Amino acid sequence: MLKEGQVRIPAGCAISGIFSRSGEAMSGEDIITSITVMHDRSNGLGGGYAGYGIYPQYKDYYALHIFYDTHEAKTDCEKFLERHFDIINLSKIPTRPTKGITDAPLIWRYFVAPLPTKLAESQLDEKEFVVRCVFRVNTQLEGAYVFSSGKNMGVFKAVGYPEDVGRFYRLEEYAGYCWTCHGRYPTNTPGWWGGAHPFALLDTTIVHNGEISSYDANRRSIEMHGYKCTLLTDTEVIAYMADYLTRRKGLTLQEMASVIAAPFWSTIQRMPSPQRETLTYLRNTFSSLLITGPFSILMGFDGGMMALNDRLKLRSMVIGERGDRVYAASEECAIRAICPELDRLWSPRGGEAAIFTLKGADGLCQ
Amino acid sequence: MPVNYLMPEYEVYRNPARCIACRACERQCANEVHHYDADLKAMVADDAKCVNCHRCVSLCPTRALKIVKSDHTFRENANWTGEAITEIYKQAATGGVLLSAMGNPKAFPIYWDKLLINASQVTNPPIDPLREPMETRTFLGKKSDTIRRDAQGNILCQGEPQLELKVPIMFSAMSYGSISYNAHASLARAAQALGTYYNTGEGGLHQDFYQYGANTIVQVASGRFGVFSDYLNAGAAIEIKMGQGAKPGIGGHLPGAKIVGDISRTRMIPEGSDAISPAPHHDIYSIEDLRQLVFSLKEATHYQKPVFVKIAAVHNVAAIASGIARSGADVICIDGFRGGTGAAPTRIRDNVGIPIELALASVDTRLREEGIRDQVGLVVGGSIRNAADVVKAIALGADAVYIATSALIALGCHLCRSCQSGKCNWGIATQRPELVKRLNPDVGSQRLVNLVTAWKHEIEEIMGGMGINSIEALRGNRMMLRGIGLTDRELSILGIRHAGE
Repeated sequence: MLKEGQVRIPAGCAISGIFSRSGEAMSGEDIITSITVMHDRSNGLGGGYAGYGIYPQYKDYYALHIFYDTHEAKTDCEKFLERHFDIINLSKIPTRPTKGITDAPLIWRYFVAPLPTKLAESQLDEKEFVVRCVFRVNTQLEGAYVFSSGKNMGVFKAVGYPEDVGRFYRLEEYAGYCWTCHGRYPTNTPGWWGGAHPFALLDTTIVHNGEISSYDANRRSIEMHGYKCTLLTDTEVIAYMADYLTRRKGLTLQEMASVIAAPFWSTIQRMPSPQRETLTYLRNTFSSLLITGPFSILMGFDGGMMALNDRLKLRSMVIGERGDRVYAASEECAIRAICPELDRLWSPRGGEAAIFTLKGADGLCQ
Repeated sequence: MPVNYLMPEYEVYRNPARCIACRACERQCANEVHHYDADLKAMVADDAKCVNCHRCVSLCPTRALKIVKSDHTFRENANWTGEAITEIYKQAATGGVLLSAMGNPKAFPIYWDKLLINASQVTNPPIDPLREPMETRTFLGKKSDTIRRDAQGNILCQGEPQLELKVPIMFSAMSYGSISYNAHASLARAAQALGTYYNTGEGGLHQDFYQYGANTIVQVASGRFGVFSDYLNAGAAIEIKMGQGAKPGIGGHLPGAKIVGDISRTRMIPEGSDAISPAPHHDIYSIEDLRQLVFSLKEATHYQKPVFVKIAAVHNVAAIASGIARSGADVICIDGFRGGTGAAPTRIRDNVGIPIELALASVDTRLREEGIRDQVGLVVGGSIRNAADVVKAIALGADAVYIATSALIALGCHLCRSCQSGKCNWGIATQRPELVKRLNPDVGSQRLVNLVTAWKHEIEEIMGGMGINSIEALRGNRMMLRGIGLTDRELSILGIRHAGE
């Protein structure tokens, strides 16, 4: 059977996210409880988490989480890392034996900073340098796969049910202001840990429920800009598009949402000027990055979380608010399980971006 | 009297029990096939003159007529076919180049018919176009590379000129002269009603049609007929014609006999003079020269109009397209070897060029490999026969398609492939007033609107089935296609997988 990345595997899913606007650190316990409720939306073939604010002691360094198939791959990859980065700290990512999580690869974590000489030589900005190194490892080093590469955040994922994945990675021992989570229901057997969600590039992570019909149009477009889609999953291409539009093109999250889940032309035409012109311009300029077909995504980023549905709202997603906390999930029960009393519960409309950022932070966008 | 080696291809069959000798067929046939024989008191026909255009059949009030392929035959020979033998007789008699009209009719592979389209089942829902919005609007032109903002952070919506199409189908270039005034009027009015564009071809723009300028693409070809400042500024876009699918590497020749009246005035050449379009543009012998013409035209139109460059699909088309994308052109148009024409040397039409499906796939792939696909729009033509062909072209990577033969068929063309005779009984490829008036532009434009509207409905249905509700999400979405009965090599050029994979 072909491995993930050699064949495209559509998947249904469950997603959940918790965000504290005041930046309060929360352990991974709640997010595990939340996703457990939606057990039947996964089928044991993939689960994962992204936590933000979890590495305060290393917040100025890129945290690389890497899967290795073999010790040789690890040796090769570490040689590569040493050539390009100053490695401040490295360790195995702590795990506990968990029933239901088997065939684990070697899972390592590195806190790194680009070597100043290498960075200067490359004539790239720091983030682009890191991105290119990540792609080098993932596409050229056999048996090594970087699955998390942001600062003060990390992705934890595996093949298994998401609640088991959370226990496996001992997430209750971490504390962060934002958690997103994913339970996967692929329609084929990938059996590869890299294929689980979240998908991450720098500090942008995506968990996604859906199957986008625009996939190959999006993939072929984004690959023109130096991204390599190695997994052939929707989530991967959405993560690259988000990175491209926000980091490379400087769009706000709201603007990004109006590209990937663009309003219909008929809606745009009814808008007042200059909004009408701006949205027409954005939609035309980035027409190949429009996503069609069902999706609900939670996008985590440094200092915030965004929830977005496809423009027809073909996937369920609700948002709950209680005090400083924001919850977003595929099903309301996943929110009520951890916060029975809510101040507000609502469903964002199709294409309506719900963006939450840390209080006092002038993040990318409000 | 010399021996006539040529036997009629068709026989006119007249049912004597039905024929009432009303002589309608005689009046309708510009080829003078039918006449009334007073001695016999019956209609008779000269089969040798029949081009099989069905005008008489369609107009016969008693349905007494049909045209059948003659079963008169040579001794059977798989190599020396009747066609091969007949062509030698013609050339032995005349010493001339064989001429033909319309597109390559030979039995080459039709790749459209070997592509199958996907549909949604279970894991994502199909979308019903009768209940949900389904968008076919598209823009042609260079996309902005950088987002610029004003001091307040608002996006500055400035960029290269764009052509907005309500449906990704345009009418391809056909000159006034090669087709009639009424045919042009039909195309112009239909383009306006549909929110799309028609193309003047290289014959200039008749003064009556300046009113349709917002839906007109004005062409600049090697003969530069009818090109002047008002013409360039009248259209919504300008197309530089470098080549044509039916006759790559060949120019054009409209005989002086057709350069009369309005045609002479519109082409801006004296009445009766031959209108000869050279094979090359004599100011373009290489890519850097093309760049100069592109920018000359942009200068002349104050950078307000997108400039198209149209080429024939030839062997090295991907590299040529890459060069054009870097020449400042806004849109590249590629014409496949099945594209039609009013007249072309038969040997060229039937043997030069490549299928548009392969050309499109390799051009789109190449432009993406070079990261310049967004710098240019991509339009393809050369036998787009139906809505499924449109969907497949867009999924392979085109922004929009050009149709011309399909449009002429909508106007009544029966593909008798005799345009070069100038005796089109349907009033399309002729300048004889009594024939031209047979094509009523009110009816013609409505039939074109009907055709494109019908295709639009079908495109929406097919897109909805795939779970796609906007045409841009179909563009280049090759995973929505599978090949059937294709070799690995063909699949790799098309960039698709085989059915079942």
